[in-house]
Parts: sequence; C-alpha cells; structure tokens
Amino acid sequence: MSDTEAEFADLIAQTSEESQGLSRGSGTDRLREMGAVLRLSEADAAALEGEAGDPDQTMIINMGPQHPSTHGVLRLMLELQGETVLRTKPIIGYLHAGMEKTGETLTYLQGATNVTRMDYASPLFNELAFALAVEQLLGVEVPVRATWIRMLMTEMNRIASHLLFLATNGMDLGAVSMMLFGWREREEVLRFFESVTGLRMNHNYIRPGGVAADLPDGWEEDVLALMDLIPPRLEEYDTLMTGQPIWRERLQGVGVITADEAIALGATGPILRSTGYAWDLRRDMPYLAYDELDFDVVVGSYGDAFDRYAIRLNEVRESMRLVRQIVEGMPSGDYRVQDKKVTPPPRARIDESMEALIHHFKLFTEGFQVPPGETYAAVESPRGELGCYIVSDGGAKPYRLRVRGPSFVNLQTLPHMMRGGLMADAVAVISSVDPIMGEVDR
Amino acid sequence: MSDETGVQDAETEDAAPEPEPVAEKHGVPVTDSLGQEVLHPSREQYRDLVETLRGEGYLVCIDLTAVDYLAHPHRSVVPGVVPERFELVVSFLSHEHKARTRLRVQVPADDPTVPCIVDLHPGADALEREVFDMFGIVFEGHPDLTRILMPEDWDGHPLRKDYGVGAIPVQFKGAGSEERS
Repeated sequence: MSDTEAEFADLIAQTSEESQGLSRGSGTDRLREMGAVLRLSEADAAALEGEAGDPDQTMIINMGPQHPSTHGVLRLMLELQGETVLRTKPIIGYLHAGMEKTGETLTYLQGATNVTRMDYASPLFNELAFALAVEQLLGVEVPVRATWIRMLMTEMNRIASHLLFLATNGMDLGAVSMMLFGWREREEVLRFFESVTGLRMNHNYIRPGGVAADLPDGWEEDVLALMDLIPPRLEEYDTLMTGQPIWRERLQGVGVITADEAIALGATGPILRSTGYAWDLRRDMPYLAYDELDFDVVVGSYGDAFDRYAIRLNEVRESMRLVRQIVEGMPSGDYRVQDKKVTPPPRARIDESMEALIHHFKLFTEGFQVPPGETYAAVESPRGELGCYIVSDGGAKPYRLRVRGPSFVNLQTLPHMMRGGLMADAVAVISSVDPIMGEVDR
Repeated sequence: MSDETGVQDAETEDAAPEPEPVAEKHGVPVTDSLGQEVLHPSREQYRDLVETLRGEGYLVCIDLTAVDYLAHPHRSVVPGVVPERFELVVSFLSHEHKARTRLRVQVPADDPTVPCIVDLHPGADALEREVFDMFGIVFEGHPDLTRILMPEDWDGHPLRKDYGVGAIPVQFKGAGSEERS
C-alpha cells in the first residue's frame, strides 16, 4: 500500500513540475496534433454522401444532435478509420437563442432573468458573474451578508451541478442506477433553492446590488440536514463506481489531455485541473469572500476521463466543507445594498412614502442608469471560468452583454481528447467534458 | 487646465471613465478600466502584441469578442486612438502572475478584417468563428472561418447594431419558397 502511495506521490510531484515549466512555444507546438479538428462544411459532407466507399478509406459519420448521450443538442461529425476516431468536428448552434442580443434590450434589473437561462445547470453562477460586472460599473459596495449568501448559494449550486454531472456521467456509461441516485440528491438541493428563491432553477435570485430576498427562517437546519444527507450518499457512489473495475476500465486512460494542451485551448475548470494543474479562480484570484475560507483545490494527475469524474466527485466534498464554514460565519445585516437608486424600496414603504413609490415605479419601468464604461468579471463555475463582459453607454440597458461560457471554450478540447480513441469511448469523453448546451449556444 | 474652466473640466472628467494621461506598455497605449488593465493596439500592432504578451506569461486567451459601436459613436477611447465602428476585445489570463489584461482593437466598418491569432492561441478558434458569425469581422488566416452558431446559409450578422431585434421570420432549412407559393 505504501509502495503505491509513494509512487502516486512521485507522479504528482512530476506532473506539477511539468506544469510549472509550461512551454512558451508557438500555440501549434503546444498541441500534439492540430489535425484533430475536422474542417468540413455541411455542404461538403453532403456531397461526400453516397460515394462508393473504399474499405481502406476513412468514413465520416454523424452523431447527434438528437442523441441521448450528447447532452442536449451537441452534434459531432466524426471521421472514423474502422473503430478509431481520427478527426472530430463539434457542430453547435442548435440551441442558439440570441441571448446576448436579448440582453441588450433588457434593463440591468431584468438582465438576471436572461443570463440565468444560459447555463441552466448552474444558473446562480451566471447571475453572479452578471451582478459582479454590473456592480463594478456602478461602483457599489455589496453588504457583507449579501456576499456570504451569494457564496452559500453558489456553493450549493456547485453541489447540485456536480451531482447532475455524476448522474449523466453514470447514465452515459451504462450505470443507470447512478443516474437515479444523482438526480435524487440533486433534487434535495433544488428543494432548498426553492425554499430560498421560490424556484428550482432559473432563480433570478442574485441581482445587481445584492440578492432578491433574505434567507428564510430555519435555513441553517435545512442546509445542515443536507450536509448530513449527502456524505453517506457520496460513499455509496464510491462503492458503486469509483472502486469498481468496470467503471475504471471504462474511464481510465480515455480522453487524455495534457496541461499544455488544455491551457493552449483555453480550457478551464475540471478539464484543466484533471491534468494536475491547480488553477481555481476561487483560490487564485479570489472574488466574493473566498479568501476568508479554507478549502483545497482538487486536481487529477493523468488528465483522463476518470480524473475528471473523480475531481467533480471530490469537489462536492470541498463545496460541503465550504458550506459548513459559510453557515458558521454567516454575518448579519442587509441582504442588498441600501442605495435607493439601485434597490427597490420594501413593500411597506410604498404605502407611506411618495418617493418610495416613485423610485419603485422608475426602477421597474426605466431601470437604473449605469455609468459608461466596460468591465469584465469572472467566477469559477462548476465548468470553469464564467466571465461576463459588459459595456455601458450610460443608459439603463447594457450596450453590449457578453458571457464567456466555459462550456463553449471547453468543447474545443473534444477533438483532441477523442483523437486516436475508440468510437465507443467517444461518449465517455463527451460526458467527461460536461458541456451544457444552453451555455455553449447562448 | 482647471484654472480656466474649473467646473466644466471637472464635469467632463467625470464623464470620461478613463484617466487622462496616456501611459504606454509595449509601445501601445494602456489605460485602466475600473482597476483592469486595458491595452489599445492598432490592427498592425495586434498580433505582435499578443506574441509579446504570451512571452510575458499571458498563456491563456480567455475571451475574444467584439462590440459594435454604431449606436454609440462618441465614446471615449484613448487620445491618439481613432474610434471605429467595431472593436475587438480580447482578454488574456496569466496563471503565473495571476493577472488579466485586455486588448481593445479598433476595426473600421469599411474593412472589417483583423489578423487571426489561432496559431498563437488555438483556443481562440471557436471564439473567432463566433465573432465572425455575429459581427462579420473577418480573421485573416483563420483555418476554418465559417459560421458557428447560426446556420451556414444565414444572412446577416445578428449582434451588429443595425440587425433588428424584432420579428424575424423563422427560417426552416430545406422548407423553402416552393411550399409557400
């Protein structure tokens, strides 16, 4: 046992050394094979169809967009030689809803309802990135309690999102019982969200200036009950999957990516961390109050699909550690900024004060004016760096709203992970990237 | 300058989000936007600057997007930089220095072309395709500059300001005019 442990420690030391000395060569040098990406238009692909096949030649097949294991409407064009995948072209856009364009027609107060629908598995992170960007432009200081509520809610959301990943990952690989378990636990977390925000998903809870409502009475008990409920369930997952030979055979060594490749391709989140490269915005460029909390960044060592599974499983544990600290340290005070130009007045004030009524009316019809400028705010979502770039022209609506979805960029690693692998492993690789198509296509 | 028209100057300074003196970094004007470093290279300087930054440790091209300033022409850019209709906004991240930097490149409407940086940052591939799709900015030297989010046969570039938001007829592929007529 100690032998393997020592071996493991060596390996970790090696990989971290390697990631220290990242190559500064040209971008293409950093990738093993630039040829992993298939460049073929749909018209060309259609022209190829029906041509007499030569058994030595490669074959192009289409996977998706209506395929249960492509996570929504992801479509892949695969070039195969026998069972081996040579090149891949991810085709996206089937869920494109023009949400960045829509964002330009909504006020900053309405904006949260729009961005929350992008990454629907972790809606609170979208709201958070948007709210942080707007607050930077406004120059408002958010109350401490609001910051901590935001941390609590996003960490719970990370748990829910990773549970969803564990569920779909299990389903993709044939462990259907895992799917049921994952959904079951996630539903418990969503129930807590419903008690706080009123909705299971698409909360519109984190808004510029704070959060929509204070935590309800008895929230500590609800959270702590969840924190007691989930750990034994995670142990079950370990028994069911982590130590199970079939599961390991199916994932280990599949979809390998190196730190250099991941960085060159702009990958963030569990994909980057699976290569042994410890980068987590919560630790490295702290936002909210993460610098006051104690947690570890989970990294892998091989950069394969198993590492990405294990990282997410263990990030649930880290998030629970964070949630317990947040429950202990939750300060009292306001849950939103007391700036009358940004925050609507409480309902009771509207009956007594004409000014309150005017402010309320103006806020919900015109919205508040944001000083001109441009800013970029980033948070560590369950899938990686979720950024929000806003340009304001001084009006009540963003002049340009840009959301940098981690899934969109992470999808580019797919051809490189699949190259040389088996067709049967393709599903395992897609699943390990955990793309949320709502965020990819926006 | 505050001696002559103190009040007015103070007002205009308030309105401009960027500070007055133009500092330079790598021979390119640099400003501070709400605590974030912003570089303003010209199109000619853009590629070289990206290379210089990568040598400095900005290894990740974290975001690449554009803004169409058609409806907001009188915006403030640094003195010496002529504002154009389009602006390419590229964000870089350095893990080593735990720092970010942002490039804002002015792109004129009559010649919307920009050098491609995919060979330097392969991760910019999909992002450049998205900007091409949404704004019609052409990246010279891109290996596969095709639409990424919109259908291949779509007309127009949706995130341009002169592209309407209102009712757009739903476009069904293959189901064309012969059915309607």
